[in-house]
Amino acid sequence: MKKRNWYLTLGFILTGIIASFIVMGFIWTPYDPNAIMAGPKFSPPSFEHIMGTDNFGRDIFSRVLQGAGSTALIALCTVLIGALIGIAVGALTGYFGGIVDEALMRFNDALTAFPSILVALVIVGVMGGGKYNVILALGIVFIPSFARVTRTAFASLRDVNYVKSVRLMGAKPARIICLHILPNTISVLLPAITIGFNNAVLAEASMSYLGIGIKPPDASLGYMLSEAQGMLSIAPWYAIWTGGVIVIMIFAVGLIGEGLQHCGRESM
Amino acid sequence: MKYAAKKILMLLITMVIVSFLAFAAFELISGSAADTMLGTDGTPEQIAALEEKLGLNRPFFVRYFEWLGGFFTGDLGVSFRYRQPVAELLAPKILVTLCLSTLSFLLILCFSIPVGLLSARDSSGVKDGIWNGIIQLMMAVPPFFTGVLLTWVFSIVLHFYNHGQFPGLQNDFWGSVSYLIYPAVAIAVPRIAMTMRMFRSRIQNEMRSGYVPTAFSRGNDRKQVLRRHVLKNSLVPVVTFLAQTMAEILAASVVVEQVFAIPGLGRMLVSSIGDRDFPVVQALVVIIAFWVVLSGTLADIINQRIDPRLRLGGGAK
Amino acid sequence: MKKRITVAVLILTMLMGLLTGCGTKTEATESDAPAPVPAEKRANEISVGIANDLTESLNPLKSGYTAGTREVMFNVFEGLMKLSSDGSLYPAVAEKYEVSEDGLVYTFTIRDGIKYHNGETVTAQDVAYSVEQCMTPDESGAMVEPALTMIEKIETPDERTVVFTIAHPDGEFLNYLTVAVVPEDYTEQDTKPVGTGPFKFVSRSAQDSVVLEKFDQYWGEGAKLDKVTFKIIENADSMVLSLQSGAIDFCNHLPTIQAAQLSDDFNIAEGSMALVQALYLNNKVAPFDNELVRQALCYATDRKQIIDVAFDGYGSVVGSSVYPTLGKWYDESLNELYPYDVEKAKELLAQAGYGDGFNMTITVPSNYQQHVDTAQVLANQYKEIGVNVEIQPVEWATWVSEAYNGRNFQTTITGVDAHYPTARAMMERFISDQSNNFINYDNKDFDSLMAEAIGTSDEAQRTEFYIEAQRNLAQHAANVYIQAPADLVAVRKGLEGVNFYPIYALDLASLYWAE
Repeated sequence: MKKRNWYLTLGFILTGIIASFIVMGFIWTPYDPNAIMAGPKFSPPSFEHIMGTDNFGRDIFSRVLQGAGSTALIALCTVLIGALIGIAVGALTGYFGGIVDEALMRFNDALTAFPSILVALVIVGVMGGGKYNVILALGIVFIPSFARVTRTAFASLRDVNYVKSVRLMGAKPARIICLHILPNTISVLLPAITIGFNNAVLAEASMSYLGIGIKPPDASLGYMLSEAQGMLSIAPWYAIWTGGVIVIMIFAVGLIGEGLQHCGRESM
Repeated sequence: MKYAAKKILMLLITMVIVSFLAFAAFELISGSAADTMLGTDGTPEQIAALEEKLGLNRPFFVRYFEWLGGFFTGDLGVSFRYRQPVAELLAPKILVTLCLSTLSFLLILCFSIPVGLLSARDSSGVKDGIWNGIIQLMMAVPPFFTGVLLTWVFSIVLHFYNHGQFPGLQNDFWGSVSYLIYPAVAIAVPRIAMTMRMFRSRIQNEMRSGYVPTAFSRGNDRKQVLRRHVLKNSLVPVVTFLAQTMAEILAASVVVEQVFAIPGLGRMLVSSIGDRDFPVVQALVVIIAFWVVLSGTLADIINQRIDPRLRLGGGAK
Repeated sequence: MKKRITVAVLILTMLMGLLTGCGTKTEATESDAPAPVPAEKRANEISVGIANDLTESLNPLKSGYTAGTREVMFNVFEGLMKLSSDGSLYPAVAEKYEVSEDGLVYTFTIRDGIKYHNGETVTAQDVAYSVEQCMTPDESGAMVEPALTMIEKIETPDERTVVFTIAHPDGEFLNYLTVAVVPEDYTEQDTKPVGTGPFKFVSRSAQDSVVLEKFDQYWGEGAKLDKVTFKIIENADSMVLSLQSGAIDFCNHLPTIQAAQLSDDFNIAEGSMALVQALYLNNKVAPFDNELVRQALCYATDRKQIIDVAFDGYGSVVGSSVYPTLGKWYDESLNELYPYDVEKAKELLAQAGYGDGFNMTITVPSNYQQHVDTAQVLANQYKEIGVNVEIQPVEWATWVSEAYNGRNFQTTITGVDAHYPTARAMMERFISDQSNNFINYDNKDFDSLMAEAIGTSDEAQRTEFYIEAQRNLAQHAANVYIQAPADLVAVRKGLEGVNFYPIYALDLASLYWAE
């Protein structure tokens, strides 16, 4: 414990910076994020507009501040839903195996192969469009990958010696799953969460075309990045800033994950 | 043999489930192929007539079982929009996506294994930290963003390739491959990191395990220990992981094909859903299901080869 | 800031390493990549970028051609009459025609020896067959040109003469005879269309390309280029990059953002799109059933700002459902009917009982970035009068079935176009019982004006009625009219002869490489 956990420190610093920017975005932004012609179109980064302006002359920095908030919220919720359900399903099927495992895994494979756009369209059709339905749509899409990863990890651990001995000592399956196996699958689950977070940010962007998720003129980082793709040769900074913020965000989450894992390893 | 039969059965079940889900989805979403085909020129009578012609007005289950029957006899139907047999329409696109997936898989393989091995030496201290930092950073880069960056740098600034000008595999195979390198890189970056991370931690764990000091004491040097014992043991889970990655590569290529304007399955899927061209969507969904099951099965087989305890259906007592 | 640079540098160095690793492969293509083509080596052909694939059947005698298909096939098919770029008609398959004094009998003489792309000669029977097909419902139950049902009788006294007798005089009849003339006994029209146009169809590959070649036996001056390859490039950004990389030489309907990114290798030709972009209001849904509200929205719309911000200043303001290139039918004065006036708008809203504003939804088809952009500017403008706009992007299929056909929307932004360059084609849809009256416009005066215009044989009087009708639409603020968007065409320098048409048409015959 003498060594400092740099991953955690750096991760928390970055997260803290991002979080404080997001909070700031709620209270104050240099310009109204949706104000058209707050400056000239496509002006490169300058003192007035530190990240430049977009095709409507909107201040990119203000939009990034606002967009980071919605992106973080959507991505976190999505990963939370996907991971909770996915891990639960994966843990149960992986641990118990048998016919339930077979059936659920078939369904899981089917869901993996099912196009996420269709999921989103079905949700629009059944529940109507709306800001928060994107979380539901993406959450569903993210279940299978978590379930599969967890299942494999559980299947490989259910018969190792220490689990066997705990079982012989009369521990209930729930206890074995949560206390004895789950902590040992963290090393597999954490990167899956990082990647899941990463996918969620961008998936949200493609969903907004279908009428769920962020609606223009509101900003989200993913939506801005896909918008920026069309302006690469005029305003490359637009893509670089938004993409950069996304990377830093996911990086921070990943570092915290890595840090937690090192904590666990050292205390073992 | 029994094993193979079982796997094929599983595959078929998955395909039936996914095709049913996709079929049901088309019932729930608004807009039909007739709407998109006629656009703003269609009168209600025209739309009704076209729907009848396409067979869209018949009951759901009749249509589904007809499709299923066709599927099992090898007839995937005819695309509404292109009026071409689906199999004929999709064959060239499958090839492109397969090529892209293979390329990114090779990239993952060629980078993660050697670099992972190299980096595993630094199992603690600052160097370890730097390696982990790089890995986390690579994992944080979304393929879409990498794609955009690559386009900007290599197409717009450096003119290494012509964005949006995919030559087509039949016309110019090597030209196509060199175009596909860029999207393959975009797909591969986060997965290289994931694989490296896994490989590294496996090697490092193995090096800590009991038999290693024994092996050293027998006069083996580090290289020999690595080659004879550690590598073999730590590669196994990595290979399993890679097999599973195949399914994810396909998913990522759907996104990246859009960025690079590559006429593969992903773009076809997106546009066919938009056109409500469900014979095409059904076929695509089934193909993707096949791919997913295949990669899962591969992973299972590899797992079982090394670890017979993991036989499916066993379960804990 | 520093982090960002590090990220970029790291990724780039990594990728550079990767690419040099695959050096042999990359080099191979670099040498044969068509870098900016030197003028002397230029083949007499061009590649044209189009955003959408053609319809599945290319048979012009079947309904369901999309606007994009019509544009391309404009070069392959011709009718008895053909449209020129100024909107007037000239005989094409026909050599000449005569109209009887009562305006009921049209006698056409077919050009001597005029040939189809497959070498056959055009006969009067083919013409009669083609026109008949266009006025009978096809397998999908639709007609290619319902207006042709005014024909009572078609006679073919000899191989080169066709006589049409129509039910009542109609000054626009010739417009409808621009429908394609194709051989009667040819069966592969769906996949290998054959016509008489300056270009012949060679091949297509779904979602990839369409190839046309010059038709050597064309009756007229003919095409100047030998070959045209259409490349289907759905993504507008890829379109720009393809232009810049030399993959395509020509592309129309380019969004302004993309046009602005083009280098000096290109000329931008500006025409006017044959459509009216507007915030179309569902006249049956509250509060848009209230004329005062509709007028208030018109006053609150700064059309100049929309054009400046979302269209880089390209486009011409319109005040009603007729676009400027329709010439004599276009009433320019209506553009000034609702000057941008926030105070006036607020006043009208208060008068209508919406003094505190209201919430509204703009449904936009998300595949049209320009409409989504317009919606964003409008949302910003309507904030001024207390109207809170929610933008609802939807998929095209959903838009067509729910908003357009289902008429289930509050307001939507789209561009309404016409098959023929006539005021009638643009305004007919707003007649109250018309099946495509998607805005539910219901105005008795308008209905009777249109009925009178259609029934009048006197040219000048008819024009007067149409102008009255378009005033009616503007005065009652049927929609918030915005503009006739500019049609920006990117043309590689050296390529000349771009023509604009008052309908969807892409004339390739006039294009040539200037040396």
